[in-house]
Amino acid sequence: MFADWPILSLVIWTPVFGGALVLATGKDTNAPIARALALLVAVLTFLLSIPLWANFAIGTADMQFVEKSAEPWIAAYNVYYHLGVDGISMPLILLTTFSTVIVIIAGWEVITQRVAQYMASFLIMEGLMIGVFSALDAALFYVLWEAMLIPMFIIIGIWGGPRRVYATLKFFLYTFFGSVFMLVALLYLYFQTNSFSILDYQQYPLGMTAQIMIFLAFLVAFAVKVPMWPVHTWLPDAHVEAPTGGSVILAAIMLKLGGYGFLRFSLPITPDASQELDWLMISLSLIAVVYIGFVALVQQDMKKLIAYSSISHMGFVTLGFFLAWRIQSNSGDLRGAVMGLEGGMVQMISHGFISGAMFLSVGVLYDRLHSRDIKDYGGVANTMPIFATFAVLFAMANSGLPGTSGFVGEFLVILSAFKADFWIAFFAASTLILGAAYTLWMIKRVIFGDVANDKVASLTDINRREFLIMCLLAVMVLLIGLWPAPLLDVMDATVNNLLQHMMHSKL
Amino acid sequence: MSFQVPDFTPALPEAFLLGMLCAILILDLFLSDRSRIVTYAIAQLTLLGAMFLTLSSMSAETVLTFSGTYIRDGMADILKLAIYASTFVTFLYAKDYLRDRGIFKGEFYTLGLFGTLGMSILVSAHNFLTIYLGLELLSLSLYAMVVIQRDSSIASEAAMKYFVLGAIASGMLLYGMSIIYGITGTLDLAGMTANITVQTPGILLSFGLVFIIVGIAFKLGAVPFHMWVPDVYQGAPTAVTLFIGSAPKIAAFAMLMRLLVDGLYDLHPQWEGILIILAVLSMAIGNLLAIAQTNIKRMLAYSTISHVGFLILGVLTGTQSGFAASMFYTLAYVIMALAGFGIVMLLSRKGFEAENLDDYKGLNERSPWYAFLMLSVMFSMAGVPPFLGFWAKLVVLEQVIAANMVWLAIVGVVFSVIGAFYYLRIVKLMYFDKPADDIPALTASFDTRLMVSLNSLLILFMGIFPGSLLGLCQAAFPG
Repeated sequence: MFADWPILSLVIWTPVFGGALVLATGKDTNAPIARALALLVAVLTFLLSIPLWANFAIGTADMQFVEKSAEPWIAAYNVYYHLGVDGISMPLILLTTFSTVIVIIAGWEVITQRVAQYMASFLIMEGLMIGVFSALDAALFYVLWEAMLIPMFIIIGIWGGPRRVYATLKFFLYTFFGSVFMLVALLYLYFQTNSFSILDYQQYPLGMTAQIMIFLAFLVAFAVKVPMWPVHTWLPDAHVEAPTGGSVILAAIMLKLGGYGFLRFSLPITPDASQELDWLMISLSLIAVVYIGFVALVQQDMKKLIAYSSISHMGFVTLGFFLAWRIQSNSGDLRGAVMGLEGGMVQMISHGFISGAMFLSVGVLYDRLHSRDIKDYGGVANTMPIFATFAVLFAMANSGLPGTSGFVGEFLVILSAFKADFWIAFFAASTLILGAAYTLWMIKRVIFGDVANDKVASLTDINRREFLIMCLLAVMVLLIGLWPAPLLDVMDATVNNLLQHMMHSKL
Repeated sequence: MSFQVPDFTPALPEAFLLGMLCAILILDLFLSDRSRIVTYAIAQLTLLGAMFLTLSSMSAETVLTFSGTYIRDGMADILKLAIYASTFVTFLYAKDYLRDRGIFKGEFYTLGLFGTLGMSILVSAHNFLTIYLGLELLSLSLYAMVVIQRDSSIASEAAMKYFVLGAIASGMLLYGMSIIYGITGTLDLAGMTANITVQTPGILLSFGLVFIIVGIAFKLGAVPFHMWVPDVYQGAPTAVTLFIGSAPKIAAFAMLMRLLVDGLYDLHPQWEGILIILAVLSMAIGNLLAIAQTNIKRMLAYSTISHVGFLILGVLTGTQSGFAASMFYTLAYVIMALAGFGIVMLLSRKGFEAENLDDYKGLNERSPWYAFLMLSVMFSMAGVPPFLGFWAKLVVLEQVIAANMVWLAIVGVVFSVIGAFYYLRIVKLMYFDKPADDIPALTASFDTRLMVSLNSLLILFMGIFPGSLLGLCQAAFPG
């Protein structure tokens, strides 16, 4: 019955118009209406996105649920309103809709000022992010990619911490700077092909110099988004100063846009340049995994620690994406390369849930004691046992405990790295130790031990709302950890197709 | 020799404007300050009439009249419509502002309409003399408008600077024109370069060309002839700043096109290089110096300089689509400038000028709707999607890349990012800061508020659907 409905457009525009409607509720005296309406829109969007999973055809790498306008959106430049998803983007869209529901519930009682604007910003941002994942037209992609920065800028700036203005300006200008180079590259590709269709770009032959320039332009944009070392410095500030909901969306979705960008643009459009510069990508990824892991170890602020942990985990993602050529020259067995790509993808989804959950846990503590410093806590398990259970579960997932989703992605990437080079795998596997070290040490200092001070003694355990969101996230973490096959099956055909593109030289 | 009466029909809008102007001049003598609204109403009707006349005579063919000194083509039609519409909106926004400050005088409207007439002539000019005529008519009107508030010393200083610098620039333009006339033997833009042969001393041509570009650059406000822009924008009453910052930019763009493209297109290799320097310097100086400003009018002045730099990028490519891109950028910029200055005026009230950046603190808490409108204008000017300013930048960048100057495109985007900071600062003040206690409440008439809202929403709407304006601009430059 729903086969003819333009599902992607519905999933994109429902939250955008819903957000505008929430904005119309106005002042904080109408806050209950704003909250209820926002939750309704978020849940509706999530329900609308379920058919994307249910009706997804496994086994084909073609774009599905395609919508292309008959007339160009902008005739002068051949820009079409062109949407479609494949095995890479569909899980990310579901992650987005799920996370937004969680974030709306998380902000329920916590946000008391300008509630309507808060809820509306998240809804509009959700719509724009889903649009980025499903855009098949480069101009449409870019418009939504940049437009998404505006609600996040507002969220961090209004409801953030003491240094929020610095953090949000840094976030905006850093990501804007990276993205404009992508704009120049896309305009160059338009000039060459007279089309803005991403699928056309993937087929278009390019010389090596052009490929390298375009790869570097895309690299600047996506490296800032992921973020990769050394352009990662905006993330700790943004995460620390953002409100809890903002941190969750930033970590769960926004970082994945960078990874998605590599998969959709860099790898298929400039395969030869990607091969030439894979040493650069692998080195930067390993630096992120190892060095940033050590940086995370010495953090005193819980949110900053989780932020650095995010950067470290995203290092795994980019590592997995760029191992293919080494694997081919080393062993010729491309199944290893498939593992690397799929491992990176699963890591993106899993990290979305886990880091979201960890930020929410810190948020729970912050709402009570208004402090994120580890030294202000100790022995929380004594006064908040249910919360402690969840926190420990998510910490284990962050460390990569088998049975949780964190393990699946890391395991696949490390296995794939072994097929490429022993030393790459060695350094990548160090995350198993470092990740456990910084996460579990933080948990030990905060959750376990004796009750540290009076403030901790007066903590109340999580209420039903917080219990609900933690439960939802725990379910997802365990589900993917124990049974990742459905997720892997969905991406398999697309990843194999992508690999073929990557291995096939354009020169 | 027989005298042929020229065909007045292509110039009907200008004739109508002039006639109504004279009527308003006389009528205004008999009106008191309380009845000044009549002058305002007639001025607006004049503009609407001129727009109607332009629309009804629009066609695809080019018509020359007045012995070839006056041209009516696609570009002239669209730019004239834009000028009349922009002036209409300016007069509407200015009404409350002028009333509150006791300068609600008929002279504002007559000078404004004289300026509009000058702009129309400039846009339709096809001869050196006509260009100069239109330019001077516009400039002299603007000089007088700047100082319409007689007892403001800062306005007098601004007007003095504007007048002296403007006179020098006009002199240079005239000098350049005389040199080119000396070489080519004709003042007519058509076939001007036909008389240039291999024997023509190239250095003389370049000499004349440079002086002409100096005159154009002054009017546009391009570096290094931009010195008047910040002082005049800040010193003039905001209503006049709005007028200077909107329609005359369209006229300056037209002057650039007429002189360098209609007239001296064969010298493209020479003027391309000069314009590259002007563009890069304007983008650099405009964006960098705007960061240091604490007065919003001055900040918007430097931002105008940076936008002018971008505008020049499209023209220097020398291709028809490049010109269309520049025209789109100019029109987009004017819409943004109208909205921006309009909101500044809306927030100013009797005895209170919303000039300092700190006056915008906490606007989101005081008036969330106007904070949102200002946010749209600011992000649009920074070139962030989904607003109109983004598409304006995109089309110009595309043309620059298509002309094989990717390095120039990179320079452009880097300066855009640097420039984004001061626009973000306004958003930061509005949304992230607490309001100061002593700011009076918003009082403005309904039509002003409605027009400002429509103007700003147009920026968002055209950011989502830019196709129609883009198509219009491309149709003006066929081939």
